[in-house]
Amino acid sequence: MAPVSLLAILLLLSTAAYYFGRRKAFALVGRAEGAVKLHSRPNYYGALTALWCAIPALLVFGIWLVFETQVITQLVVKDLPEAVRSLPPDRLNLIINEIRNLESGSFVSQTIDPAIQAAANHYRNLRATSHAGLAVTTIALVIAAALWGRSRISPGLRARNQVEAILTVILVACSTIAIFTTIGIILSVLYEAIRFFKVIPVTDFLFGLNWSPQMAIRADQVGASGAFGAVPVFLGTALISAIAMVVAVPVGLMSAIYLSEYAGKRLRAVAKPLIEVLAGIPTVVYGFFAALTVAPFIREAGGVLGLSVASESALAAGLVMGIMIIPFVSSLSDDFINAVPQSLRDGAYSLGATRSETIRQVIVPAAIPGIIGGVLLAVSRAIGETMIVVMAAGLSANLTVNPLKAVTTVTVQIVTLLVGDQEFDSPKTLAAFALGLVLFIVTLCLNIIALYVVRKYREQYE
Amino acid sequence: MSSENIENSMNDAINSSPSRTIDIVNRGLKRRYRAERRFRYYGLSAIVLSLVFLALLFVSIVAKGYSAFQQTYIRLAVFFDPEVLKQDTLVNADYGALVRESLLKKFPQVESRKDKRLLTSMVSSGSVYRLRDMVLKDPELVGKTVEVWLPADDDVDMLIKGHFRRDLPESERRVSDQQVAWIERLEAEGRLERKFNTTFLTSGDSREPELAGIWGAVSGSFLTLVITLALSFPIGVAAAVYLEEFAKKNRWTDLIEVNINNLAAVPSIVFGLLGLAVFLNFFGLPRSAPLVGGLVLTLMTLPTIIIASRSALTSVPPSIREAALGVGASKMQMVVHHVLPLALPGMLTGTIIGMARALGESAPLLMIGMVAFIVDIPKGVTDPATVLPVQIYLWADSPERAFVERTSAAIMVLLGFLVAMNAGAIILRKRFERRW
Repeated sequence: MAPVSLLAILLLLSTAAYYFGRRKAFALVGRAEGAVKLHSRPNYYGALTALWCAIPALLVFGIWLVFETQVITQLVVKDLPEAVRSLPPDRLNLIINEIRNLESGSFVSQTIDPAIQAAANHYRNLRATSHAGLAVTTIALVIAAALWGRSRISPGLRARNQVEAILTVILVACSTIAIFTTIGIILSVLYEAIRFFKVIPVTDFLFGLNWSPQMAIRADQVGASGAFGAVPVFLGTALISAIAMVVAVPVGLMSAIYLSEYAGKRLRAVAKPLIEVLAGIPTVVYGFFAALTVAPFIREAGGVLGLSVASESALAAGLVMGIMIIPFVSSLSDDFINAVPQSLRDGAYSLGATRSETIRQVIVPAAIPGIIGGVLLAVSRAIGETMIVVMAAGLSANLTVNPLKAVTTVTVQIVTLLVGDQEFDSPKTLAAFALGLVLFIVTLCLNIIALYVVRKYREQYE
Repeated sequence: MSSENIENSMNDAINSSPSRTIDIVNRGLKRRYRAERRFRYYGLSAIVLSLVFLALLFVSIVAKGYSAFQQTYIRLAVFFDPEVLKQDTLVNADYGALVRESLLKKFPQVESRKDKRLLTSMVSSGSVYRLRDMVLKDPELVGKTVEVWLPADDDVDMLIKGHFRRDLPESERRVSDQQVAWIERLEAEGRLERKFNTTFLTSGDSREPELAGIWGAVSGSFLTLVITLALSFPIGVAAAVYLEEFAKKNRWTDLIEVNINNLAAVPSIVFGLLGLAVFLNFFGLPRSAPLVGGLVLTLMTLPTIIIASRSALTSVPPSIREAALGVGASKMQMVVHHVLPLALPGMLTGTIIGMARALGESAPLLMIGMVAFIVDIPKGVTDPATVLPVQIYLWADSPERAFVERTSAAIMVLLGFLVAMNAGAIILRKRFERRW
């Protein structure tokens, strides 16, 4: 039985258990020997029965499926011929993958070794057995729980309290998922990054000036060892982000100022949502726009001016990324400008300041901590932005700050290193995780600083 | 300076030149008004600039993409030759031969092998399946001659749509002079027509632009979003309810809050790395599956949904809670029976916006292998699939000119979905928004 349909059956059975339990509760009340007062409303007895059925069964279901693959793989490997089993782990992994592909019926390139074919059949059988076992176990569990739960239902059972206790535990569990996600990110990225740093020293990675992560396919190949000095990659990221900020900060800030201080109601009602639309457009669309419209335009404009512009110039990617970030800067600045108390404005006007003088010398300085926080959040956005640079920036790591040249970024490198055929354990794929670690730490620091600054600022005028 | 001195100097200033201050002000006034006007123009031009960018984006995409909704078809008199279509092998008969024959009958003067190849390359290689489906549906056709509209090759399509210019020298264009002559003859006979491109909306990906469609990607996006919604909405609402209604303010809940705010700002590609390391490598879930994509997007959209749900909960006035508790409801009953129903529209609005973002997201899905070239339409959550934004990314990389317009058209479809979702959120908010 496929796990999905089993899941549906389990949920259906649990729903049935709800009515089963509720009926028992009603039956208790309606007994001939006089009315009995139930502790809770009958629905709670039903809900309690359903929860008793569903929770253990779903736990077994989840744990079973999580460990199924590993256990079956172990069993299959145990039955492989001795010659195969004694292979080094990476070769063994390849064979296991082949068995899995064969088992799931996907395309297998080479002629099939009969031992592998046998193993695949074994794998398939084991999996069928496992799924059948899972179905029997969980369904039996649900029915047993329903009967046991029903037998426990009595007028004195504090069903509501128990249901609420279970629900509270579920709520707490849901709220901790955010923490587990963070831990998961840190552990997964850190684990692979540490494996990378065992091969390539941290200092070489952080301060090396040469990035060319090709690894040799054969040992005797020319240029066999890749270079993993990430400075050009970091510099490229910084360059593109800087261009983006040069576009986004003035435009975003000025439009926020105009909308909140000058614009009439009607212009505000039209322009504000339209600018926000820029934030809702998927980044892949910006990437397409950058690669097919902006980059050729910049190259031709450069040609007219007699400049040689790379077809994947940092300028095009940065410019489009800046456009993407405009609404981000403008809506945050708008919040902070509006948070400045009216009394400060009135004070400046009463001294005879013009509106622009008030804005430049009173409002913006008063709002500057918030605006800086917003800009920091925008920078972290720009650094982590992926699709625009994947589609419009280059792949080769040039150590340059010339915006007309092609540069590469951290996110581009992560994508190119991890998309497509990859062998795990090679420094090339692990390098992506090391870059991911740097990206995560940098954006995390920026976010923490920005959130702290913004929070402090908000408190200032509250 | 003593106070007496100040008083003296002030008196001096007033006595010696009574109109001096106002003179200084007046002298500077022109300059200051100019600065004021300049500042206003800066502000206005910033807004105009953003709107111009927006307009440029939309115009460039629509201008590139609208033509993809049409496709050039060639009408040919196809003779369903009984020699070729043997009864027992109808499924894998050589339907290409039928197309070749009918083209050669149309242009009998073509003789050299090279020219024949050029001629047959004008009809899409997918015509074969179209003819096969016709015959399988109606075996009576065998032995008859029928006029059939067959999709033209993408190069012919591009020429008809004017993306390849006919006045260029032959070496600079992908369609040879010979082919242009044939095309012009077909046009003159009314055998060449642009029709609505149903293939684009109903089929999966293909290496041939004229056969490529977005349905596979749309199905993949749908399955992925179903998983995302099924997981992130209940979990997000539960987390928000706990944090807003039950949790005491302490270091533990502070930690959760900081985490949620940070996760909302973590680059999406990092979630992809998490998915790759945990879901694929550790748990051994299948690559390219909507299931894994949904899990990754769930983790990514959870912070958005939690934050929106919490603000929906805080907007429910405390009097409701007090009234419920006052008539003897337990805390859980108060939340489930009274607060949640009132907060639900706000939560749904936040969820729809989160789903819209998940629909447009592609970077984390690249990490978990949803970039594979997949022709089949995914049927279940563990089938290999791709999603709409990733399909756009894949097509944007393809060298064929015809894929440019298809990419733009796919973007138009994606933007259409996003507009619909956001409009839904706005309507929901307008309809159920309550001011207390």
